[in-house]
Amino acid sequence: MTHNRGLTRRRALTGAAVLGAPLPLRYASAQSAPANLKVGLILPTSGALALIGQACRRGGDIANDVLAEAGIPVKLDIVNYDTETKADVARIQAEKAVDAGCHVLMGAFDSGQTVAIAQVCEQRGIPLVVNIAASPPLTESGYKFIVRNFPTAPQLLKAGFDMQKELFKASGVTPKTAALICLNDTIGATYIGAIKANFAKFEMPYQLLDIVSYDAAAKDLSIEVAKAKASKAELLMTICKLNDGKLLFGELVKQRWEPMIVNPGGPATYEPDFIKPLGKYAEFAVSVVPRVDPTQPMTKILEKHHAKRFPNAQFDLDAGFTFEAMLIAAHAWLDAKTTKPDALMEVLRKVKIKDHVIIGGPIEFDAKGQNPNIQIAALQNIQRSPRVVLPKAAAEAELVFPQPGWNDKRRT
Amino acid sequence: MTSDFLLSLAQAIAKGLLTGMVYGLMALGLSVIFGVMRVVNFAHGEMMVVGMYLAWAAFSYAEVTPLISLPLIALLFFALGYVLQRGLISPFINRPEHQQFLLLLAIATLLANGALAVAGPDSRVVQLDSQFDSYELGPLVFDAVRVHAAVAALAIAALLWLFFTRTRTGKAIRAAADNHMGALVVGLDVRRLYAFTFGVGAACVGAAGALMITIVPVTPFLAAEYTLLAFIIVIVGGLGSMTGALLGGLLIGVSEAVAGLLLQPSLKSMFSFGLLIVVLLLRPQGLLGRKDAR
Repeated sequence: MTHNRGLTRRRALTGAAVLGAPLPLRYASAQSAPANLKVGLILPTSGALALIGQACRRGGDIANDVLAEAGIPVKLDIVNYDTETKADVARIQAEKAVDAGCHVLMGAFDSGQTVAIAQVCEQRGIPLVVNIAASPPLTESGYKFIVRNFPTAPQLLKAGFDMQKELFKASGVTPKTAALICLNDTIGATYIGAIKANFAKFEMPYQLLDIVSYDAAAKDLSIEVAKAKASKAELLMTICKLNDGKLLFGELVKQRWEPMIVNPGGPATYEPDFIKPLGKYAEFAVSVVPRVDPTQPMTKILEKHHAKRFPNAQFDLDAGFTFEAMLIAAHAWLDAKTTKPDALMEVLRKVKIKDHVIIGGPIEFDAKGQNPNIQIAALQNIQRSPRVVLPKAAAEAELVFPQPGWNDKRRT
Repeated sequence: MTSDFLLSLAQAIAKGLLTGMVYGLMALGLSVIFGVMRVVNFAHGEMMVVGMYLAWAAFSYAEVTPLISLPLIALLFFALGYVLQRGLISPFINRPEHQQFLLLLAIATLLANGALAVAGPDSRVVQLDSQFDSYELGPLVFDAVRVHAAVAALAIAALLWLFFTRTRTGKAIRAAADNHMGALVVGLDVRRLYAFTFGVGAACVGAAGALMITIVPVTPFLAAEYTLLAFIIVIVGGLGSMTGALLGGLLIGVSEAVAGLLLQPSLKSMFSFGLLIVVLLLRPQGLLGRKDAR
């Protein structure tokens, strides 16, 4: 007697049932009510923006400790995902996070990557809390599952240009001409567009002579700097990210060009990983950006835990904004009392958090999901650390403007 | 034209010449290998990126600057190139071109992913003391690192020229390149000469990588860009021509710099491709290439 051990239709059907049956069950269990709110934190922790992404992640890593000490009875289940500084990977990671049962996604510092995540969140109906990303379309495209706790590029620019006037007034030196060097990625293009469209409205005291843009993947900015230098502008505005920012300042030094320099709202120039490698050449760089409020009790707790957990890393606004994103999610969960996406989103739209860490009014969101209450400050790198120099009321150090020459003795 | 503009133009040309010399050295390896063996090295950019990583590792772990580690890297690449040719490429020499292409593409993929696995996706940079230095010549300012790299590239190119024109092995390689059958008839060990040539080409790429790391940070994803750039340079200069590779490097370097100044810097690559199209239309064999070059 022989036994047929080959594949029969009955065996195939049985096997398929065994393999397939648990999938919907597993999916349903991930979507229903687990013990904690599961947060997918998606950041560029490797690639060109790795150092900034890692700084953001530190804010997430200590969030539970800070929330506990601040008396907020929430424990978040935080899962980290790396975008490798690529928008396509950001999208894949967002899909992966949703499939893994994350109830809320967060990220992603870079606007292009955040847009990719936002699209996934819209398709899958999962709330996205944007920690840092300034591109306006994120909250102007009708997305229903997004809130952003960071100013938009036009908001930053308007405030940044207003702050420049304050800067000139405080220093007593007003440039008559300016040039802009700006990278042409998602956020850079937004800045260039906003500046071109609104420059006349800003009523600046100088003439904008040239706008030089460069590719985000640029490995050499000597031509860009030479072109801006040829304009003979007295003021150079820089909008760059970390690696290109270092290249840019390196070229300024090598080409011995010493204009007044202001970052009117972009990232990078206040970052520890910009300041450390450039050393004395990063000193006195002025950045007009949001800032953590050192007077807030929650900031003190955050700083304490940051110093304890990461003794060699500088506490900065990347960690501050990422922690605030966690704080927002925690409040939403507390109020919603469920992990269902629709209920969480409903609560997120109505949230009002008075105790937080970034300078500005309470955290709340308008109909588009934008927090309109964030204020900005002028920071200057002094003794290897970004310090508030304006507004005067919050100043931590005296403004030095125009910046001393590259080989001035004050740069040590 | 104002004197300011002329000064900026002169500055851009000077910068383009310096960068072009390193470009030329990079393309030299590709040109030497093709000129002798008629094999197009599609793993060229990947080999250069490995050279950059080796220079970075020497600097980061042993504090050896790229200019010092360069001879060692070139030697290592020579040995690797020799072994690679004898072990893998040699059996493909007389096979159809698409098979050679696939083989080298496979090697390229292995190298790129190997670099990714070992060094990760982050960009790696060599912070030299001279990183922010520059030299002044009248009104012109020259980036010190770029000057050092260009001088080294020029010296290596000169050594290569001496090797091919003054040594017995160099002359034998040229003979084998000119007349394969003739070389066999007079008793030259052509297989060994081919391996030697691949080794020399690889050494050029390794040396160029050690120089390039002083100018740009390295990531594993840089390779394709450099392969493409090397191809543009050798096609413009003339496939198989050493002088052509150097001339092509200089032309591309200068055209990018001047285009960046006159138009938008982000459009500078467009000029490289524009130049390539013009050369292909008017002189398909390249500026200094021979008509019989494939």
